[in-house]
Amino acid sequence: MQRARVTFEPTQALWRVRLQLLWRGLKSTWAMFAESKIGLTGLGIIIFFILLWMLWPIYPWLMERLAWTPEELEAARNAPYGAISSIYQVYDPVTGYDPLIPLEENREGNILPPSRRHPLGTDQYGRDILAQLMASTGSEFTLGVLAALITVFIGTCIGAITAYYGGFVDTFFMRLADVFILFPLVSFLIVLGSMMELTLLKLALILGILFGFGQITIILKSQALAIKVKPYIEAAKVAGGGHFHVIFRHIIPNMLPLSFLYMMFNVTSAIFSEAALSFFGLLPGARTTWGIMIDSAHSGGYILGGRSFEYWWLWVPPGVAITLLCSAFYLVGRGLDEVVNPRLRKR
Amino acid sequence: MVALQTQTKTEILVRVENLRMLYPVATGVFARARSFIHAVDDISFDINRGEIFGLIGESGCGKTTTGKLLVRLITPTSGHIYMRVAQDPSTDSQGEQFVDIATLEGRALKAFRRNVQMIFQDPYESLNPRMTIFDIVSEPLSIHGIGSIYEREERVAELLSLVGLTPPESFLFRYPHELSGGQRQRVAIARAMILNPSFIVADEPTSMLDVSIRTGVMNLMLDLREEFGISYLYITHDLAVARYMCDRIAVMYLGKIVELGPTEEVIQNPLHPYTRALISAVPIPDPTVERQPIEIKGGVSKPIDPPPRCRFYERCPIATERCAHSDHPPLEDKGNGHFAACYEI
Repeated sequence: MQRARVTFEPTQALWRVRLQLLWRGLKSTWAMFAESKIGLTGLGIIIFFILLWMLWPIYPWLMERLAWTPEELEAARNAPYGAISSIYQVYDPVTGYDPLIPLEENREGNILPPSRRHPLGTDQYGRDILAQLMASTGSEFTLGVLAALITVFIGTCIGAITAYYGGFVDTFFMRLADVFILFPLVSFLIVLGSMMELTLLKLALILGILFGFGQITIILKSQALAIKVKPYIEAAKVAGGGHFHVIFRHIIPNMLPLSFLYMMFNVTSAIFSEAALSFFGLLPGARTTWGIMIDSAHSGGYILGGRSFEYWWLWVPPGVAITLLCSAFYLVGRGLDEVVNPRLRKR
Repeated sequence: MVALQTQTKTEILVRVENLRMLYPVATGVFARARSFIHAVDDISFDINRGEIFGLIGESGCGKTTTGKLLVRLITPTSGHIYMRVAQDPSTDSQGEQFVDIATLEGRALKAFRRNVQMIFQDPYESLNPRMTIFDIVSEPLSIHGIGSIYEREERVAELLSLVGLTPPESFLFRYPHELSGGQRQRVAIARAMILNPSFIVADEPTSMLDVSIRTGVMNLMLDLREEFGISYLYITHDLAVARYMCDRIAVMYLGKIVELGPTEEVIQNPLHPYTRALISAVPIPDPTVERQPIEIKGGVSKPIDPPPRCRFYERCPIATERCAHSDHPPLEDKGNGHFAACYEI
């Protein structure tokens, strides 16, 4: 039995083929994702917040062109108190002050209701609410995504390793996960906040580690356990693949879709935790966040005592923003769930 | 080809001696295991170069465990597996050594793995769904660091056309889910062939395939044997498949080999009562034929700490007083290379 020797001419460079495959995979994933209205809604909200984040640097410039009359600008430049040299001073999220506030009638202290120059009003220090909201968007994203990335990185690696090796490693990390799940998160962070100055990056790291060793490890480990017993793992071992090869070439790539899904859900929990901590005033290292905005409304006494709806613009915008962004990531997660879990897909 | 045939008659490629695999029955975290499942219990056989050696038996009799032991996916509890292993893969059979692979570890084990490969039962599960056909087939090459990426691509294309996936360019960068069951099993065979192994363990490679494509895959494996002189351990529960593929077969029951011999000899002239029952259970596609079924009692039990007598004693129709009090009978030569383990024949 003789076969002609194959002459094989590669038609394309390998990396180009790989790129094409990646692109094709992304396209088919997108086609499945686009079928779920839930996921698209979430994605729309996320894009809206990204736009808000992108618009922030030109917001003062826009307001100068659109909302301020030349007379008002002139008056602000020569105001007796808090005179400005640039419009950016008015819309600074931390030190901003509108020097025209003392001229307004419709005010209590420095609080202005929504108006032409301040679409969402000002807080008790005369700072523009919308400016604070936009300025915070970036840090919320950074915190949420960074914490979730750390969480999922830890969860995926530990999950794969515990599932693969089992035995003592497994027992150790599972008991550790029990400890982390039972951890009183807020009290721990209060103690931690008293010991050092928490910045957003530090908080992201801490939250990432706290969540990473907890529940997510157990969830991803169960997935890894199901992958570990597949015959292709045995095939790789028969071919001579070591532990490292099996874990990183076979187990983890097959866990990644689920990891990515849980990353979306973890962004939500990270943002929620940040909001709760800021509300307790535990994030002195942060410039401004949505949680800090609610906190300052609360500490100024504008939320409790039956006055909350009188000054709704102090707490509704950040509250709605937190809720929307968190639910957006959750909705995207639900949409991805239908991609990852074919059983959930409508036929 | 002729030279190869004469060679196969003489040269032993694999010799299994007193191979045993016991699994502890889990009793608790701190308790030491007191009972063991005797998955493979003291079996010995030889496989010649270029031979297809069949392992037959019902589920749970230890066929697959034996296969996994021979490729060292698991380490045996005791016993020896001698195999002719090319020390330097670039040399041919002159440079081979007869090595006990049962205790290999580390670097030696990895070097040994270039000589044996395995084909799995389920082609839907034995290919990583996230890898392309190229990645799957070239994986052994990349593990052993053989060749540049272009050489690998060429070699994979060569193998794909060898196993009948032509033109290879159209298969290289597809994912397993885009192929049919038969095509996937051909990919699995290509992966097993890429390191030029001398011995392949095929664990029921056609049992999950459609009947219409089984023959194609089986003929492919026979062709590869002819062309490259590969030996197979062919694990199956299908007597018809064994008859088509195998030169010699061994019948296993509860971890023991009860009968061993040339395929036709064993099927035409079964000696052991278990083999007789097994063969009489195969339906004859002729409604007029009436066959006396051989009655065996009960069902197959689990080999947890079996009593020291014939494993088949409880179900055997011809068991006597002697069987109850003696050890499991040894495999005895009944002539023509036909071995059976029974006191009463």
